[in-house]
Amino acid sequence: MADEKRLMKGNEAMGEAAVRAGCDAYFGYPITPQNELTAYMAKHMLDHKRVFIQAESEVSAINMVYGAAATGARSMTSSSSPGISLKQEGISYACGADVPIVVINVARSGPGLGGISPAQGDYFQSTRGGGHGDYFHIVLAPKSVQEAADLTFEAFDLADEWRMPAMVLADGMIGQMMEGVVLPQPKDPATRVAKPWASGNRPAGRPVNHVDSTHLVPEEFEQANIARYKRYDEMKKTLVRYEEQHVEDADLILAAYGTSARVCLGAMQMARKLGLKVGLFRPITLWPFPEKRLGELAGKRFLTVEMSMGQMVEDVRLHTRGKSEVSFYGRCGGMIPTEEDVLAEIRRILKK
Amino acid sequence: MTEKTFMAGFGGQGIISLGQLWVYCGMKEGLEVTFFPFYGAEKRGGIARASVIVSTEEIASPLVTAPDSAVVMNMDSLPLCEAILKEGGTLLVNSSLVKVDTKRTDARVIKVPCNEIAERLGDVKFANMVMMGALSKATGAVKLDKLEAVLKTFFSESKHKFIPMNMRAIEEGAKAVS
Repeated sequence: MADEKRLMKGNEAMGEAAVRAGCDAYFGYPITPQNELTAYMAKHMLDHKRVFIQAESEVSAINMVYGAAATGARSMTSSSSPGISLKQEGISYACGADVPIVVINVARSGPGLGGISPAQGDYFQSTRGGGHGDYFHIVLAPKSVQEAADLTFEAFDLADEWRMPAMVLADGMIGQMMEGVVLPQPKDPATRVAKPWASGNRPAGRPVNHVDSTHLVPEEFEQANIARYKRYDEMKKTLVRYEEQHVEDADLILAAYGTSARVCLGAMQMARKLGLKVGLFRPITLWPFPEKRLGELAGKRFLTVEMSMGQMVEDVRLHTRGKSEVSFYGRCGGMIPTEEDVLAEIRRILKK
Repeated sequence: MTEKTFMAGFGGQGIISLGQLWVYCGMKEGLEVTFFPFYGAEKRGGIARASVIVSTEEIASPLVTAPDSAVVMNMDSLPLCEAILKEGGTLLVNSSLVKVDTKRTDARVIKVPCNEIAERLGDVKFANMVMMGALSKATGAVKLDKLEAVLKTFFSESKHKFIPMNMRAIEEGAKAVS
């Protein structure tokens, strides 16, 4: 039977979803605006006889996550932008060693220590492999408290299935706001993906597993990277997710993810009331990006809206292959665009 | 029906509790709800603001920029609320602390002496609940008929003894709206 609808803060809903997904170990370090998530895990992980450690730093926390996950544990961390930057080395190692971990970024404004208000300036870092080396990892972008819970829950399965980090890219608005949420039913541990590759205590006589990102023989390392990129190609075919509204008849398609997509939904509704044919395209997986669908929509006019100086807009331009006129409207520094701002931009572009 | 409310006051006036209880009741009444507080670095004190939406439809932006109703709990919050209130919107003013009249001639102004009413009931801390009663009566967006059950989940057991006082504060607030 489904749970009753509860009123929860995004941060707490993501915490509870992780517990229900069977997160065995959480390692974190405090930072606004994700603190309620760490606090939630501190309060609830031990009740479930699981591991919670507040590490001495972000670098320490991500390496604990990497270590725990290498033994086959479902492990996660959460932080906000500057803290996620510190975790990039560990994320690169996890990608290099094909270790599934879950990372939640409740993003805030940057660069630098920046501010604590919501922002989307971490798109490049998240979708381009924020650490060193050739890699990508899964990036999921929720637009609501419900989706934040659902995607966090699913991130554990996706990470295990594809053997790579899965990041939930939220922002201060998603983390701090409260909405109604129906939480997913707890994951049956028997349905977890098997991890025969995991290291740790092995029965006598069985071969020892090594989980490592070190490759000192270039010929072998090249082959390992090529194999990983074949997996990426497979993911681009099967994992891509997006939501769209009124794109078919649209004279202008708004492209936005997360909080910005909520703002765009309101702007689209206002525009439609004025008789303007406006649609909405919202990527849910930022990596793999819905490039094929954008290719199909190439030729349509786009307005990308972000809480940054313009990052996803580059992907929209790339995948409409020069066939679309792509405009950009953004706010940054912790400012959130309003529905009225976006409507004004729509009217300016459509000259109506 | 969509009712977008902006709530403003200073830290400690119960703005956040007011917003949370409003959407909690709204949700129990079957509405879509969002509550987005202004969050700062302060642990206590400072300004307290919240964007609060209840609707029969899917809610687009959780940020309230042109509110249908605004709750003004202290003097400092008046200029901001006046500036953003929608044309013809409802301005609910805590007249115990806000002693000047609004410049907005188009607004439906409802003055509620929240602090005085709450003090008469026994504690100024109930001022936010008085305002919630007034907000419910003035907008009709949330009926608050499930409030008692909500308060039982919202408050820990040790605070359940305050529930009857909260209920009375709500009633008094509603009565203050003519």
